[in-house]
Amino acid sequence: MTALRAWLSDPNPASRRQARLGQAWLAWQRIRRNRLAMAGLVIVGLLLLVAAFAPLIAPHDPLTQDLSRRLLPPGTPGNLLGTDDFGRDILSRIIFGARITLYIIALVAVTAPVLGLLIGTVAGYFGGWVDATLMRLTDIFLAFPRLILALALVAVLGPGIENAVLAIALTAWPPYARVARAETLTVRSSDYIAAIRLQGASSPRIIAGHVVPMCLPSVIIRVTLDMAGVILIAAGLGFLGLGVLPPTPEWGLMISSGRKFLFEQWWVATMPGLAIFIVSLGFNLLGDGLRDVLDPRSASR
Amino acid sequence: MALIEIDDLTVTFRSKGREVRAVEGVSLSVEPRESYGLVGESGSGKSTILRAICGMAPVTGGSIRIGGKPVPVPRGRAFSTEVQMVFQDPYASLHPRHTIDRTLSEPLAIHGVPGRDARVVQALTDVGLPPAFRFRYPHQLSGGQRQRVAIARALMLRPKILLLDEPTSALDASVQAEVLNLLNRLREEQGLTFLMVSHDLAVIDHMCDRIMVLQHGRTVEEMTRDDLASARMTTAYARSLFDASADRMLDASTEPTP
Amino acid sequence: MSLLEVRNLRVTFATETGEVQAVRGVSFTLGHERLGIVGESGSGKTMTGRSVLRLVRPPGRIEADAMTFDGRDLLHASEREMRALRGKRIGMVMQDPKYSLNPVMTIGRQLTEGLRLRDGLGRSDATAKAIAALEAVQIRDAARVMEAYPHELSGGMGQRVMIAMMLIPEPDLLIADEPTSALDVTVQAEVLSILDGLVRDRGMGLIFISHDLRLVARFCDRVLVMHKGLVVEEIEAAHLMEAQHPYTKGLLNCLPRIGGSRAPLLVLDRAGF
Repeated sequence: MTALRAWLSDPNPASRRQARLGQAWLAWQRIRRNRLAMAGLVIVGLLLLVAAFAPLIAPHDPLTQDLSRRLLPPGTPGNLLGTDDFGRDILSRIIFGARITLYIIALVAVTAPVLGLLIGTVAGYFGGWVDATLMRLTDIFLAFPRLILALALVAVLGPGIENAVLAIALTAWPPYARVARAETLTVRSSDYIAAIRLQGASSPRIIAGHVVPMCLPSVIIRVTLDMAGVILIAAGLGFLGLGVLPPTPEWGLMISSGRKFLFEQWWVATMPGLAIFIVSLGFNLLGDGLRDVLDPRSASR
Repeated sequence: MALIEIDDLTVTFRSKGREVRAVEGVSLSVEPRESYGLVGESGSGKSTILRAICGMAPVTGGSIRIGGKPVPVPRGRAFSTEVQMVFQDPYASLHPRHTIDRTLSEPLAIHGVPGRDARVVQALTDVGLPPAFRFRYPHQLSGGQRQRVAIARALMLRPKILLLDEPTSALDASVQAEVLNLLNRLREEQGLTFLMVSHDLAVIDHMCDRIMVLQHGRTVEEMTRDDLASARMTTAYARSLFDASADRMLDASTEPTP
Repeated sequence: MSLLEVRNLRVTFATETGEVQAVRGVSFTLGHERLGIVGESGSGKTMTGRSVLRLVRPPGRIEADAMTFDGRDLLHASEREMRALRGKRIGMVMQDPKYSLNPVMTIGRQLTEGLRLRDGLGRSDATAKAIAALEAVQIRDAARVMEAYPHELSGGMGQRVMIAMMLIPEPDLLIADEPTSALDVTVQAEVLSILDGLVRDRGMGLIFISHDLRLVARFCDRVLVMHKGLVVEEIEAAHLMEAQHPYTKGLLNCLPRIGGSRAPLLVLDRAGF
């Protein structure tokens, strides 16, 4: 282990890979010191594990109904978190629901920030009418309340998880474009950009290779902080019956169907609600911790 | 034929409805292999002239010719193989997320030059840095080392002209000495032409053959190095600059004792 | 009687990669005179200046055998006692007025703030004192400057405002950390002569921290040369050319001179220290 440590902390790396891994390792050391960030990381890690090993972890099948075992309270032998109105085990549904949540988050995380980053950096770098046009487009999308716009898109596209994801992504990209543009405006006037332009580099090369790496930390931090919001919007769509359809064990949908029993059998809606809360909290803590590590100002010390 | 010819150059910045004439009616010419200095205080326009040559400042009058031909707009690839620049702040002129290797090999990649590895190692050796530094990041180097990398980068494309924007003003005195010696050696070895900007008359005296003094964007005086050394200034402003720096010398006639 | 006495000052920072000693045992005394502290970056000169005012924040630690100002123990004084000293008896002028003046307050407000809060002066008294201070640093248009914001002033003007601000409470000791490094050459001379005059007139002690050895030697009575956290030489400014320590000699001789030779500049042999 110490040989690996020595290799990673070598002040004179011998290859690009060693240099990159060395920096990543230093970043890891810094995150480790932030307890809250580590807590967030653990929660997110758990989410990933639960989603990956769902069939092995879940005690029951999430879709099998058993009407003789309806609405049993938590603590009933065999149903740790109780059962819902169709006799389905809530714990198993939450576990399988983690897959769906993860699927939605992952799809949104690879589409919205990428789109926002592209639009923001291009707008910021070129300025002038390119900037004006792209930013007005961004403003139009930003002007709509996210949930309403997502609803409208789903109403047009029809229900289903992919459409829900598309709707969420299309409403989520504008803040990334704004953030990326702001960073680009700062970076644009620095000497290292002037230097690479003087070497005859083309604009795509400069944007992709020099501007984007400087915008990445802000975008990554925003993504983690946004994940909580994405989960809630997906839950909201599910709650309203748009997006994911029953009997899929999506957490928002579970809250919605549990609404009817909120006072007598509170666990049907509350358990998936707790799951959403914990995962959102995890992403928030992680995002906060990442800010310390990825802040370019501390990295350029 | 002069290598750099600037004729009646005017640079005007417009912002929020106001116009600022950073450079007004400046003319100069630099011969091949010559080292020409631009001296002035802040706001004199000296750095703006360098940026105008590189196409990074709004030229509103006059002309710039390199090797007898007017500079193309936009500057283009061919220009970058003739003219390169070393910037003032070593902490800002290297990309913080790129290794030294990437910073040095990128110009070669842009121009499709083969044998990048060997040339990067050679470049590091030329500026006196150990090849082991190749995969370090800028924040792992000192200011003087970063400036050496910046010089190496500027020389990767083997330009004929090197524009130097206060290359040592952000460095400690002892490091400055090393970097100035390096620049002189490279100029000698590679037959470079320097156009150098500084606020420090002593540095300009050491490095340059001819000097132009600027104030508020205008030429105040042009002189040779001998004129400067013998204090043969003809304008009051140039003399005040001289007095302000010579004043700090304890004893002008003392030679350095090893 | 010495104004300031520092013995074996050590400043340590705890970083991710272990402990870093910025200052490794610096001792000096200061009377009502001008002391220059010269060094390159990383020599610990700024940290030394800040330690006197206990302005080093965690993870930095100040330790010393003794640090006394006018008989009072600075090392073990409470934060409250330090606050009473700072500004009032010990002032500090820093390098760049862009960063040391509050950008959202007018000059007048910044100058009178201390007077009104600390000394309890009424508005017209405080304003009168502020204008007097501005005139003492040769700002002719004092009333206009009072209404201006820091970004509306040139560097030299801003630095003079800074000096005025620090001298209003009439401290006994002034610590100036690179006060002219951010200024143009011609303005530097002006600001220094103003500082010179003020220090002489009021009989203050002055610690002048700079990287410019020749400038310091011209301006101060005694010079401390620092390297890597230690004082390598202490010398009378008038005798600077007779410096013994190779680092000092190297520092003196590595600078280019107008009219000097064109041979490669002498370079410090870093391995030697």
